[in-house]
Amino acid sequence: MITWIRGGDLVDPVNETVEQLDVVVEKGKISKMLPPGVFQGNGSGIKRVEASGKMVIPGLVDMHVHLREPGHEYKETIASGARAAAAGGYTAIACMPNTVPPNDCRAVTEFILEQAERARSVRVYPIAAISKGQDGETLTDFGELREAGAVGLSDDGFPVVNSELMRRALEYASFYGLRVISHCEDRSLSGDGVMHEGGISTRIGLAGIPDASEDIMVYREIALARLTGRHVHIAHVSTAASVDLIRRAKEDGIRVTAETAPHYFTLDHRRVIGYDTLAKVNPPLRTPEDVEAIKTGLREGVIDAIATDHAPHSSLEKDLEFDRAAFGMIGLQTALPLTLQLVRDGVLGLAQAIGKLSWAGATALGIPGGRLMEGGSADLAIIDLNYEYPLETDRILSKSKNSPFIGQVLKGITELTMVGGKIVWEKA
Amino acid sequence: MGPLSVQEINLILDTAESMKAISARDIKKVPTLRGKSIVNFFYEPSTRTRTSFDVAAKRLSADTLSLSASTSSMVKGETLLDTARNLQAMRPDVIVLRHPSSGAPHMLAKEVEAGIINAGDGINEHPTQALLDLYTIREKMGRINGLKTVIIGDISHSRVARSNIIGLIKMGAEVTVSGPPTMIPVGIEGLGVRVVPDPVKAVRKKDVVMLLRIQLERQSKVLFPSIREYASYFGLSRKIFQSANEGAIVMHPGPLNRGVEISSEVADGPYSVILDQVANGVAVRMAVLYLLIGGAKGDNVDQGR
Ligand SMILES: [Zn+2]
Ligand SMILES: [Zn+2]
Repeated sequence: MITWIRGGDLVDPVNETVEQLDVVVEKGKISKMLPPGVFQGNGSGIKRVEASGKMVIPGLVDMHVHLREPGHEYKETIASGARAAAAGGYTAIACMPNTVPPNDCRAVTEFILEQAERARSVRVYPIAAISKGQDGETLTDFGELREAGAVGLSDDGFPVVNSELMRRALEYASFYGLRVISHCEDRSLSGDGVMHEGGISTRIGLAGIPDASEDIMVYREIALARLTGRHVHIAHVSTAASVDLIRRAKEDGIRVTAETAPHYFTLDHRRVIGYDTLAKVNPPLRTPEDVEAIKTGLREGVIDAIATDHAPHSSLEKDLEFDRAAFGMIGLQTALPLTLQLVRDGVLGLAQAIGKLSWAGATALGIPGGRLMEGGSADLAIIDLNYEYPLETDRILSKSKNSPFIGQVLKGITELTMVGGKIVWEKA
Repeated sequence: MGPLSVQEINLILDTAESMKAISARDIKKVPTLRGKSIVNFFYEPSTRTRTSFDVAAKRLSADTLSLSASTSSMVKGETLLDTARNLQAMRPDVIVLRHPSSGAPHMLAKEVEAGIINAGDGINEHPTQALLDLYTIREKMGRINGLKTVIIGDISHSRVARSNIIGLIKMGAEVTVSGPPTMIPVGIEGLGVRVVPDPVKAVRKKDVVMLLRIQLERQSKVLFPSIREYASYFGLSRKIFQSANEGAIVMHPGPLNRGVEISSEVADGPYSVILDQVANGVAVRMAVLYLLIGGAKGDNVDQGR
């Protein structure tokens, strides 16, 4: 069986080009990428997919999602999360270890991969915990986790307080080629804060999380990367000062990569006025100045990747008083349209934007994917840049519907997602 | 206090004046709210505020029902919204809510038809306290507009401070806040106040000196080193108060920590209006209840719904 994707504009994030090319898929791989009119396929063995007027992009790669299985399947399962990812244009997602039990041993890693296999959807890459039980005290068995299929390490959500443990994690992980991802937060400074500490938190009477709570830990991770000469990846950058620290570290040749999430360049702390818990996220929505700095960081390449930090929570955790509600929002189906807004605003070029969502994440995590080439796996998506629609809950395939963008009109949608030559999502 | 207009605040204060007259009578009861039901829902304990609302409701002949977190099913894990829906089934006219979470009344107001009165939410607001403070100031000073006021203490964690700042500024007063820098929230200037940490300087030439209660148990670890140090640098002594304007008044929402934020000499002095504040609290709450359910139904006396 051959699939012939005809007439689409193919986006290459590596060379930053957009070019009209036909894509021919055979046996799960891209066999040819040709100018239109060159390939002539006829007969019953060929499936044609018309893509003219659409973009053909490498399948998006999200290096930071939370699937709630095992433990909180009522919020999300690996299958439901993978389905939402496919609908969002993703072909690969990496899931954080803060499940119940956490992914800190071979059995859990294997379980995740089995469930992903069964879901027959996008590729799922498990990220294992840095410390056993995510308690910040004892390193997990990196070698065994790697063998089981883990691609990275993080105590996301339970930031490592002990600087020596973090140092050793960086050193030891490099031996296995595992990436270390840091959720940068000084919890003693965050205290019982629930939103960004600033003029708005003071005005509406909510306890604040200062930006220094993030900056301090970003600086520590950079210092440790300098000390050890190893790579560190900074998760969900939200502050202007973090962007500056990472910029200087990169200039100094320190091996650091970083991601941000669409809500940090789309929303600011004013969104919390009215106490809508859908806008409660950690790190919190910051100031308009921070939002601008994040955009600049993306444009200049200081921030490598856009991840979603997709964090599903049911109404049980969200329909509560603001200070009692859980942190986090879903993002797999909104990341693409929100990032495309940066293209329309002139912040990023189209190929650059798609690269932030695909190639950059794959590279930072050290996994395949994120670009289209002859001979490479047919992991791709077809997107319509101009399709406008209000985000309604029935469109959301996650089990949880905790998105602050519900009701908003989005522009840009995934028409089709293909993983290894197999269509895993097609818009009705 | 946010969405209340100057006219609305004046209406409440004027109404409170006629309500105060009722409290001065031999028979302190009028039939105005007969047949109305008011639920006092206190998720965190506050004997003062609850009693004040209770007395206010009874003087207007309303039926009252008191609920606290420990008597309600919330101890069994019921959420605020579940509880709200159950309350709604009883069809109360007003729910008076005290809650430890900022914004809780807004959440409740979206769910129930009854009017919601915010009796203090987290560190956000305590509007009826601010209204009774405004009332007391107007009563003692004859006006609010143009007065120089200072609020001393933990501004960061005080709903009384936040509501008073908003209310005082709206009514044309000048507001200075004072206290250890650990207790002054970032961006407070955005509300239109001046920050003068040293009370010795802050009190000078003021007409109203308002103190806040220091939460001894919770704060004397990180926010200030010891009660002794707080008392000696931030407590209001007679000596400091003397630099205020002639005829200045001292206010405190109570209960007092004598010898900590305020010396007994000041608290019991002739310029202290602390007990008037308590008495005026009942009148102001009567006014709020009356305006909410005696007048147009369904409005919330609060900063939004
Ligand atoms: Zn995180
Ligand atoms: Zn996360």
